[in-house]
Amino acid sequence: MFEYGNRITILIATGLILLLSACGQRSGEMVYDPFERLNRGTHAFNKGLDRNLLSPVSKGYTAVVPDPVKNGISNFASNLSLPGKVVNNILQLDMFAATSNTFRFVINSTFGLAGIFDPSDSMGLEERDADFGQTLQRLGVGEGAYAELPIFGPSNMRDGIGLIVDMVLLDPASYTLKSPVTSYRTGSRVGEVLQKRQIYGDQIDEVLYESADSYAQSRLVYLQNRRFQLKDTSSDAYIDPYSDLE
Amino acid sequence: MPISTPILTLNKQPIVRRSFLLGMTSAMVAGPAFALDKATATQLVDRLVAEINRVINSGGSEGKLIRAFENIFAQYADVDIIARSALGPAARSASSSELNAFSRAFRGYIARKYGKQFQEFIGSSIVVTRTKNRGKFFEVEASVRLKATTPFEVSFRVSDRSGENLFFDIIIEGISLLSSERVEIGALLDSRNGNIARLTRDLVNLG
Repeated sequence: MFEYGNRITILIATGLILLLSACGQRSGEMVYDPFERLNRGTHAFNKGLDRNLLSPVSKGYTAVVPDPVKNGISNFASNLSLPGKVVNNILQLDMFAATSNTFRFVINSTFGLAGIFDPSDSMGLEERDADFGQTLQRLGVGEGAYAELPIFGPSNMRDGIGLIVDMVLLDPASYTLKSPVTSYRTGSRVGEVLQKRQIYGDQIDEVLYESADSYAQSRLVYLQNRRFQLKDTSSDAYIDPYSDLE
Repeated sequence: MPISTPILTLNKQPIVRRSFLLGMTSAMVAGPAFALDKATATQLVDRLVAEINRVINSGGSEGKLIRAFENIFAQYADVDIIARSALGPAARSASSSELNAFSRAFRGYIARKYGKQFQEFIGSSIVVTRTKNRGKFFEVEASVRLKATTPFEVSFRVSDRSGENLFFDIIIEGISLLSSERVEIGALLDSRNGNIARLTRDLVNLG
């Protein structure tokens, strides 16, 4: 059932994870970025990609496509990502979230017409976000070095590996869907990204284009927000400004 | 009304931060400076939130809003400590008059930078949810709901280590204002070769 490519991915991912667990960051540090030079290069690339492609296209998309259509497209994409989240819920032994997400998927896929509508939301059945990076964290894997990924943006060693595992291995929708649905799905994911780029446009623009060091700023925003999401207290997140003077 | 506040000297001896009279007035305005505990920390943030809501819903030009925010910031935040922390290591070798001038410019910069974003807060609700004792400070958590979006979490860190109950950090969905400004001011200072006076002059046009 598993293709050859998936076996390789499992092998590589396992190897990287073991490596990761062995060398973590020194605990108590806010930012561990030994690959800063490389990361800054990637950041410059990503920023160019945003400035020249993502930002203008997302503005056009937002202006041209009516809201209900945009929402429908994003809902479709988000619905198909639910099975993957359920897998991670289960891996984390979070059966409440697994059940919740499953119900959500079933309701939206049927009553929501293949996920275009989101009746679950009005029922109060919200999405319980989960990804493999989070699963690794629950297993005690530290975040490792900061890494800015090409195209995907700020991440860290653990979450970067998690991303690959999620995309290649743990995505039931990619195993079960056939063409042309797979291309609809890809298209919808693009639409989802474009819409999000505009919704968070002001904050993203502020960090990328109005700060004195967009790399350091996006690194900080990513790390602090991710640790908050994961309720990860292993790194010393915050400054105590009075401690200097004691 | 810029309050001339001599900051902590290089010998790390706290000087009286405000003149007695001014202290009395500000105490009456910001509320009595009782000892810091869960209740007073919560009250401080309650009052702060009420003030913010009042300003946001008062309408008026952006310039007026920003001036109002600067006053709120001056009143409820430990501006000197935040400014000093934003400078990072450079603060240790700065003179107290440099720090003073920087702190005043920093106040306006913060008001402009964050005041701009409050336009989106019209019609929103900020609800204080709970307060935690973190040993050296109190953390007052609140839930902010902008119109019909999913609420996000904000927490205010309150301390009395400067002599009054003031907040020294705001954390939004995990992202700390203090950390963010330290990165930003650090970068601005670097591009000016560590020249604090130059940064102080330029800050007036930033934010």
